[in-house]
Amino acid sequence: MIMVEHTQTPNDIRGNSPRAIGRAISMVEKGGPDAEAILTGLDPDRIAQALIIGITGPPGAGKSTLVNQLIAAFRKQHQKVGVIAVDPSSPITGGALLGDRIRMMQHATDDNVIVRSMATRGRLGGLCAAAGGVVRVMAGAGCNPVIIETVGVGQSEMDIIRLADLTALVLAPGQGDDIQAMKAGLLEVADLLVINKSDRPGADALALSLETEIRRRPESPVEILHTEAVTGKGIMELVSAISRIDLRNRKNGELTRRRRDNLVREVMDWSLEMLRPQLAADISKMPPEILANPATAARNLLLRWHPNREDLP
Amino acid sequence: MTTTPTCRVLIAKPGLDGHDRGAKFIARALRDAGFEVIYTGIRRTPDEIAAAAVQEDVAAVGLSSLSGAHLRLFPAVVEALKIRGAADIPVLGGGVIPEEDVQLLKEAGIVAIFTPGTPVDQIIAAFRTHCEHH
Amino acid sequence: MSKNNDFTQWQDNQLARSIKRFPERKGKFTNHGGDEVPRLAVPPDLDREYLDNLGFPGCYPFTRGVQPTMYRGRLWTMRQYAGFSTAAETNQRFRYLLDQGTTGLSVAFDLPTQIGYDSDDAMAIGEVGKVGVAIDTLADMETLFEGIPLDQVSTSMTINSPAAVLLAMYIVVAEKQGVPPEKLRGTIQNDILKEYVARGTYIFPPTPSLKIITDIFQWCGTNTPAFNTISISGYHIREAGSTAAQEIALTLANGITYIQSALAAGLELDAFAGRLTFFFNASTDLLEEVAKFRAARRLWARIMKDRFHTEKESSMMLKFHTQTAGNTLTAQQIDNNIVRVTIQALAAVLGGTQSLHTNSRDEALSLPTEDSVRTALRTQQIIAHESGVTDTVDPLAGSYFIEQLTDRIENQAADLMGKIEDAGGVVACIESGFIQREIEAAAYEYQQEIERGERVIVGVNRFQVEENNRPTLLRVDPAVEKQQINRLTGIKNNRDSQSVNARLTRLENDARQGVNLMPAIIDSVKEYISLGEICSVLRQVYGEYR
Repeated sequence: MIMVEHTQTPNDIRGNSPRAIGRAISMVEKGGPDAEAILTGLDPDRIAQALIIGITGPPGAGKSTLVNQLIAAFRKQHQKVGVIAVDPSSPITGGALLGDRIRMMQHATDDNVIVRSMATRGRLGGLCAAAGGVVRVMAGAGCNPVIIETVGVGQSEMDIIRLADLTALVLAPGQGDDIQAMKAGLLEVADLLVINKSDRPGADALALSLETEIRRRPESPVEILHTEAVTGKGIMELVSAISRIDLRNRKNGELTRRRRDNLVREVMDWSLEMLRPQLAADISKMPPEILANPATAARNLLLRWHPNREDLP
Repeated sequence: MTTTPTCRVLIAKPGLDGHDRGAKFIARALRDAGFEVIYTGIRRTPDEIAAAAVQEDVAAVGLSSLSGAHLRLFPAVVEALKIRGAADIPVLGGGVIPEEDVQLLKEAGIVAIFTPGTPVDQIIAAFRTHCEHH
Repeated sequence: MSKNNDFTQWQDNQLARSIKRFPERKGKFTNHGGDEVPRLAVPPDLDREYLDNLGFPGCYPFTRGVQPTMYRGRLWTMRQYAGFSTAAETNQRFRYLLDQGTTGLSVAFDLPTQIGYDSDDAMAIGEVGKVGVAIDTLADMETLFEGIPLDQVSTSMTINSPAAVLLAMYIVVAEKQGVPPEKLRGTIQNDILKEYVARGTYIFPPTPSLKIITDIFQWCGTNTPAFNTISISGYHIREAGSTAAQEIALTLANGITYIQSALAAGLELDAFAGRLTFFFNASTDLLEEVAKFRAARRLWARIMKDRFHTEKESSMMLKFHTQTAGNTLTAQQIDNNIVRVTIQALAAVLGGTQSLHTNSRDEALSLPTEDSVRTALRTQQIIAHESGVTDTVDPLAGSYFIEQLTDRIENQAADLMGKIEDAGGVVACIESGFIQREIEAAAYEYQQEIERGERVIVGVNRFQVEENNRPTLLRVDPAVEKQQINRLTGIKNNRDSQSVNARLTRLENDARQGVNLMPAIIDSVKEYISLGEICSVLRQVYGEYR
């Protein structure tokens, strides 16, 4: 109903108006020229400085409660915190029920905590680009850190978590979540392993199995931490481990490399998304005999877009 | 980037009433009708609800109350949204609400009131109308 | 041959003892034609299967009831839940109900009281006196029971997280009336686990909440031996949308959790198990509900005997209060609700309830008016005195359908309880959201059936009429909030602040050291320290659950 004036938005975002930030995120999620106007107006220094933390893990591991504690810890250090909580959309109806906020409502009226629930919306590649934009809006609004929370199950969630500068994988004892996490390849993306609900039976066994797994891949050292998100136990240790890794990654160039990789992926995402409607239109016009040979059809289609490219695979 | 515009709405329970069967049913029904529904859980203050609605940039807020406190709490959410610069976000409400309170609530800025027995399709349609205006 | 032995043994022992203690209401129960109604109808052949699964009333596994003569001896307690506005107004309603023939009181507290906030707390805005009576200090409790001798009435209090505080106030009011604690009869709901999944009036996290409950078990075991220390409630689980079998499973699983927590604290099983009571919902599916009550009784008895190895019969008995299902009341054609409540109340009686609350016809719209409450009570009295179902024990036993349904509900409930156990128990399943999801899924499915018209709700999705005449509703005067706040301010200003601080410090120390909280709480309420002040100390020590 009311559209925020585009020209004002970047300033309002910098000026910490929750309303402006909320509207800007919606526009960035939607994409298009308005989104680009917002994104190009953001403060690049803030984006460079902001630490982007990924929190992932199976359902029921206590991620939201842990994020809630992290918010509290960073607020004690007078940091402004952004949180993006990603949940899957229903592939059938496109709807989504986003409930991660429930555990973070104690910070609801703190204007220095911006929580945004995001649904995957069945976007093929576009989710990464959209989420990357949301991260930058939050960072541009002065949030540092920006926390991305997502269930580590689907491919799209895995792509999202790669947007983070560093990622903590949260597991809880029982129910064989550790095995699932390993199967899903979550261990590969984790810089930190957090055993939450560490007071529960089975926590030691979980730690042991994770240690064994880590020892099998000495090339990527991972720290194991124990937390009880409900009581806040172990949170300070988690925060300092996060800062330590961030410092290391900033010093040794790892951060620069990861950020560049992310940007490359995002540009790829955007490009594909921008191409998609035109490609779809062209493909829909193809006669059946051309469609019958999909690879050749694709090559010929792309050659039309890029007439000079002789090196298509 | 996406093809169809998605409706985002927030479902909340203001006050101390913990009976969330209705709120959860509406949240699920809206999800199944293709909405993105942010659910804030029970026992929220009007200001918490308004703050969440602003951050999530929703097209509408739906409130549920069964404790008889609706005359105080629903208008308080409208007021809190106004203070947070979001007077344009419409507020809808439902619950155990006597007929004679409906007019009072509408005068206080609640755009729609649903009393027990309202078919869910009617509620979904109301949210959809407000989303389209957003 | 053995059948006669078993039957004769029951007659000579349990039945004879029971009749000696509580003679039957009439010398002879007859129908309209003058034929005598048998006390207990049994099949001609009392085989092993009958004895194992049904047995005799007042005997393990208690499928047929917890007393040998059931309502021939004594009718259930007709206990109407009431409370609104101020203590003074609720006191009037209590006296009215006693005049009309209720036999037990049941206090409804407002939401701030239930969540441990004083009426002047910012969180209480709009809620003071709305769904129940506002109690801030002992002064309110004194007013609430003014002119009601507490040694002659049994009082049930729907209070959970702050149950210890309200119980303490009740004990002190009684003391001031000259009634010693051991004479007090009644029940506190005190069932925190279902609050996390179905009702929402929790304050502290599960672990300290269970600790406070154990404190109450322990303290009451010695001081108020006739007071029921918990009412483990399936009612609200069902209201939240569970199925009948889920209601039983989740309630009994909670019961097991309380027992485990008390045993872990070193309590003797038989010292508290007999004071555990239950609270179920009576919905409109008459036969399923009757089967549900019978299944619950049998399953609990088996759990107590086989799992907890008690040999004391009173520890195996599932005694329960019933309330008719609030969620079935419609705002349309409200008189239809009287009929629904009648069916539901009949289910509770045929299922062998120990006490009953019948909802009023106007409760889908607001708090009930005095007239509506009277009709609700009359419904119980008609069932008790006119319907004839009270003249014989467990009249539906032996129906193929009822017995099959009883078996099925017992099995379904046991299955779900097993799943919960495998997943780490009730507390773990609350934290993981498993229990909430089970209830939500059932609720959603049921409501969708109504929306699609597959399930007919008369007056709502079929047989609607245009309604113009608005019923008179009971409204709580908005000025009540202000009055209550003024009263509280007056009391707070008239206390010895040194004594107040000293008592609150003791409370805090006791809480930190993990000693039984009851003495410090009783000490605090005597000094007119408010519910909110006490809970705020405990919030600091235990933290809040979100």
